[in-house]
Amino acid sequence: MTTQPAQRRAPKTGRFDNSVVKKTVMAVSGIIMILYLLAHMVGNLKAFSGPESFNSYSGWIRTIGEPALPAQTALWIIRLVLLAAVVLHFWAAISLWRQARRARPVPYVTKKRVQQSFASRTVRWGGLILALFIIWHILDLTLGAVNPVGHDSTPYDRLVASFSNIPITLFYVVSMVLLGLHLRHGIFAATQTLGQTNKRRERAVNGLAYLVAGVITVGFLLVPLSVAFGLID
Amino acid sequence: MNLTLRIWRQRDRTKKGKMVTYHVTDVSPDMSFLEMLDVLNEKLILDGDDPVAFDHDCREGICGSCGLMINGIAHGPEQTTVCQLHMRSFSDGDVLDIEPWRAGGFPVVKDLAVDRSAFDRIISAGGFISAPTGTAPEAHSTPVPKKNSDAAFDAATCIGCGACVAACPNGSAMLFTAAKVSHLGLMPQGQPERDSRVLKMVAQQDAEDFGGCSNIGECSAVCPKGISMETISRLNHDLLGALRAGGVPTS
Amino acid sequence: MPLELFTVGEPIADTTAPRDVPLPDRWNERKFRARLVNPANRRRLSVIVVGTGLAGGSAAATLAEMGYRVKNFWFQDSPRRAHSVAAQGGINAAKNYRNDGDSVHRLFYDTVKGGDFRSREDNSYRLAEVSAAIIDQAVAQGVPFAREYGGLLDNRSFGGAQVSRTFYARGQTGQQLLYGAYQALERQIGLGNVEQHPRTEMLDLIVVDGKARGIVVRHLITGEITSHFADAVVLASGGYSNVFYLSTNAKGSNVTAAWRAHKRGALFANPCYTQIHPTCIPVSGDYQSKLTLMSESLRNDGRVWVPKERGDTRNPKDIPEDERDYYLERKYPAFGNLVPRDIASRQAKAVCDEGRGVGPNGLGVYLDFSDAIARVGQAAIEAKYGNLFDMYNRITGENAYETGMRIYPAVHYTMGGLWVDYDLSSNIPGLFVIGEANFSDQGANRLGASALMQGLADGYFVLPSTISNYLADGPFPAVDATHPAAVEAEQSVRAQTERLLSINGTRTVASFHRELGKLMWDLCGMERSEPGLRKALDRIPEIRQEFWSNVKVSGEQGIFNQNLEHAGRVADFIELAELMCVDALHRNESCGGHFRAESQTPEGEALRDDENYAYVAAWEYTPEGEPPVLHREALEYEYVHLAQRSYK
Ligand SMILES: Cc1cc2nc3c(=O)[nH]c(=O)nc-3n(C[C@H](O)[C@H](O)[C@H](O)COP(=O)(O)OP(=O)(O)OC[C@H]3O[C@@H](n4cnc5c(N)ncnc54)[C@H](O)[C@@H]3O)c2cc1C
Ligand code: HEM
Ligand code: HEM
Ligand code: SF4
Ligand code: F3S
Ligand code: FES
Repeated sequence: MTTQPAQRRAPKTGRFDNSVVKKTVMAVSGIIMILYLLAHMVGNLKAFSGPESFNSYSGWIRTIGEPALPAQTALWIIRLVLLAAVVLHFWAAISLWRQARRARPVPYVTKKRVQQSFASRTVRWGGLILALFIIWHILDLTLGAVNPVGHDSTPYDRLVASFSNIPITLFYVVSMVLLGLHLRHGIFAATQTLGQTNKRRERAVNGLAYLVAGVITVGFLLVPLSVAFGLID
Repeated sequence: MNLTLRIWRQRDRTKKGKMVTYHVTDVSPDMSFLEMLDVLNEKLILDGDDPVAFDHDCREGICGSCGLMINGIAHGPEQTTVCQLHMRSFSDGDVLDIEPWRAGGFPVVKDLAVDRSAFDRIISAGGFISAPTGTAPEAHSTPVPKKNSDAAFDAATCIGCGACVAACPNGSAMLFTAAKVSHLGLMPQGQPERDSRVLKMVAQQDAEDFGGCSNIGECSAVCPKGISMETISRLNHDLLGALRAGGVPTS
Repeated sequence: MPLELFTVGEPIADTTAPRDVPLPDRWNERKFRARLVNPANRRRLSVIVVGTGLAGGSAAATLAEMGYRVKNFWFQDSPRRAHSVAAQGGINAAKNYRNDGDSVHRLFYDTVKGGDFRSREDNSYRLAEVSAAIIDQAVAQGVPFAREYGGLLDNRSFGGAQVSRTFYARGQTGQQLLYGAYQALERQIGLGNVEQHPRTEMLDLIVVDGKARGIVVRHLITGEITSHFADAVVLASGGYSNVFYLSTNAKGSNVTAAWRAHKRGALFANPCYTQIHPTCIPVSGDYQSKLTLMSESLRNDGRVWVPKERGDTRNPKDIPEDERDYYLERKYPAFGNLVPRDIASRQAKAVCDEGRGVGPNGLGVYLDFSDAIARVGQAAIEAKYGNLFDMYNRITGENAYETGMRIYPAVHYTMGGLWVDYDLSSNIPGLFVIGEANFSDQGANRLGASALMQGLADGYFVLPSTISNYLADGPFPAVDATHPAAVEAEQSVRAQTERLLSINGTRTVASFHRELGKLMWDLCGMERSEPGLRKALDRIPEIRQEFWSNVKVSGEQGIFNQNLEHAGRVADFIELAELMCVDALHRNESCGGHFRAESQTPEGEALRDDENYAYVAAWEYTPEGEPPVLHREALEYEYVHLAQRSYK
């Protein structure tokens, strides 16, 4: 009968079809990545204390826990956790993105922003570029596959080689800025997603987001820029 | 003042629509936006054209019927409903783009009117307290701290207009859903169904072709009732709590 | 009384209230005597409910909970948008939480007195009796009423009452109560107990073998005209203030459902009783489409005044205290700014008629908050009324914290409606009428905060108990769209729609509505007189004639056509307007919301004529051209003594 409203659509079942659950997955994986990045950043800054310090740090990562544990155990645990985080984060992002596209099949002729920040607007494309960055970055500095001096060199040499190359440095810089934006929004978003924001905490959460995003961006940018400007070689 | 309006015209759900340009003259700044459209419509009727369809009823900002995208902003430049928006917010010679809410969950009915029954289905999935008539205890038997009751009231003022969905880049109905989850979850009466309520309502909002929320905040910024983003945080919190308590997100 | 205007038929009476027991026991007694329907049989019984306001929404939810099969119809897109959502001030209940001497009996007494002794004692008493349970029910549903720091419910006093018995949720009480009912209704819809028909307008009543058995509706989006059947039909379609074009009602509020039932034989009672609300934002231009109410709770803290001098156009802030006339406080020292609505409204009109009105067109008085702000601070006033001040600012562009508000009376509520007995049944068996659509509890004037009470009392508590007495005889023989009565009703609806679309004249529907409204406001509004009403009665048939020969309705039948909807409603308003004027003219007394210039005390107060008019005027419809038939229901007062209402 046509006078009846659209039949009620049965909600999908299953934990991971729920958009809030997907968001939680993003938030948790994002936080794991943030923690990793903080550590990674500190490690990178060792480049300022010279090649030995940097290379031995790289070596240390591979030998944590030895001899009690086989070589590279800790590294592999970190790698697996990170891989899982990236994959889950990516999966949830894509799935929410697709849901959002279904939710606005006809675009507006004119649409303005009222509140939306640049950071929140760029999460998706920014995130995609970050994904490309991570792939490139691993090929470059871990595997050395795309590195100017190849994979046989020491980590430090690979680093210097990459950032002596202007286009590569630029790519890193752009990616780091995007990362900063991603985190500026992401840290606030993760707090909200985990149900931890409220009016009272709003300022604190936003402050924290700016702080962490700023520290990570600046911290990561120091090394490539220093190399590019010849402060490290 | 004189204005140029570019209005979305669409005969019904199945037909394609397009923007059509109209001119209105002698608009008084004291008119409401809908009264301005009334004037246009009377002219269209006398010219033998089809008047522009738009939903409206109370015209005092409370029924939630009205809602238009005006120059890309839900409910126009002021944070209020279109019926409470007055022409003094515009100036002579302005060109205004007027579109319906656009969302998968809100199919266009005609011109500027959309079908928002998805909202009712979200409520019907769990946005209530089961208190059949006659089963109520004496009203004073459970005191409610004023703080909670005020916060519940703030959330309960949502008029179901759909501007949040219209403005959200993800087409998400999360602010609407969260407002109801918060309202009921903040009161002692709402506790017994708190877990199942949030699970069912979110599942229904996902099933209605609304997007997920990515905390952009556009919704709250255009909400005529100023429903706060805090409600979404509270919804997330409740949902995680419900999952921890063993709930499964089904309906 | 010139007889050509109407003829007098048989008197009528309510036979369902158990008058053989004392007043306080009657409702219980009635519930006890009413026949019940066994739960297993309820599934086989269906009920059509038209409307989802406080009355319809609560009734549909409750009947569905009880196990009846409910079919619910309304014209908005969602049940949550029914006009009840706009009620601001509050809801009365005889809880006596303030310990200020309130009781069921006092609320009953206030209601009868407030209604200027033109309501039924039985109904008013029951309303007061049920009121407390409404609050319990609403709280259980999660309605966020205002609370005090101790966590208990807050109350305030409200127009015309000396006790604090009004429960409120900031300035949005109707909204919150409606959402409570709406959520209960959505729950039943989800459970599959209610078949919902949004955006569907009732256009006729189907009466089979003397019983109301169904309705004819038009689906507003597809234009499809269909018939629906049930064992009983409940109308909860709200009030008809929009006959005045400008009123505080929503644009869609209409008399159509009630009027078409009237044309099928339901008596229409006291159509001329209209309530004028004293605190609305004054009209500002011809294009204006509706009037906005400022909750009269503002009168608790605001003081009403006009300049002593006529034509004083100074900024209100520059008018010194001794040049202001706080006329309500002056004339009614006991109640001051809190006198009942009809008095406050008429006094405002009186001072404006003297030329002392304020604002652009001299139709306004000040409602001033400077004393209250000085006393409790702006923050406290903001907390109480912030949303109203914002609304005022949005509409007028003025800051009322500084200048006070300009207010003027506007049509707000209609006490008249379809005639019902104590069981809320109209004179057509099977047709029940609840909420503002019936006439029953408010008499000639309604106390503030008692319409919400009535809507919910009817829907949650009264109707569900009384309808079973009727349904106990069911299920009635099945009827479908092929039944001659249904065919005929559908046919007449189609014919009217086609006719409206085919006239293709030169005037818009809105222009007729505006003309009719202005005429009614001028001649059948706040003050009525014989010459004025006669003038209106001359003019209305001409408007009707012109409407049916010169209206231009655009579009087609088979699509979403808001112009066509409006046309159908205006057609009914024109007919109703005529009956209102006849009723107003025949009632040669003043009472409550009906003020006849010919009947006033030397001080200009309403003067009742209990000798001749202590009755309900229930009108029977007659075909066009024949005068309507008046059936009188005598009002007897056993518990409240008829007295001249005094608020001095
Ligand atoms: C601005 C304002 C403020 C008020 N404030 C207060 C207050 O503070 N306290 C108080 O006690 N009272 C107040 N009132 C009065 C009170 O709100 C109303 O009397 C009451 O809400 C009416 O409820 P109802 O359920 O009878 O009708 P409504 O709420 O008007 O509902 C009518 C329903 O019927 C449906 N309907 C109508 N016609 C048709 C049709 N032809 N076909 C299908 N469906 C139809 C509509 O869709 C709607 O669902 C106020 C009224 C106004 C206008
Ligand atoms: C521009 C700043 C950065 C510099 C200079 C940098 C430097 C390095 C170097 C030198 C290595 C190799 C370490 C080794 O093999 O011992 C490495 C590994 C890695 N980096 Fe970065 N990095 C930067 C930014 C990032 C960012 C932003 C991310 C993540 C988004 C990231 C993720 C990784 C990962 C996942 C590895 C691989 C770890 C492993 O599996 O061994 N890096 N980085
Ligand atoms: C693999 C590449 C990445 C993609 C495609 C991606 C994409 C996204 C998207 C689309 C969102 C938010 C939008 C939404 O909620 O729908 C998001 C949120 C987030 N991202 Fe990423 N991102 C990536 C990498 C990262 C990295 C490297 C970090 C941290 C170092 C990170 C941290 C976060 C955080 C904390 C959030 C907030 C989660 C939330 O919304 O609750 N992301 N990401
Ligand atoms: S949350 Fe705000 S914008 Fe969304 S429906 Fe409710 S009132 Fe409208
Ligand atoms: S704008 Fe959309 S993304 Fe979330 S915070 Fe509001 S629903
Ligand atoms: S018409 Fe009711 S909110 Fe605008």
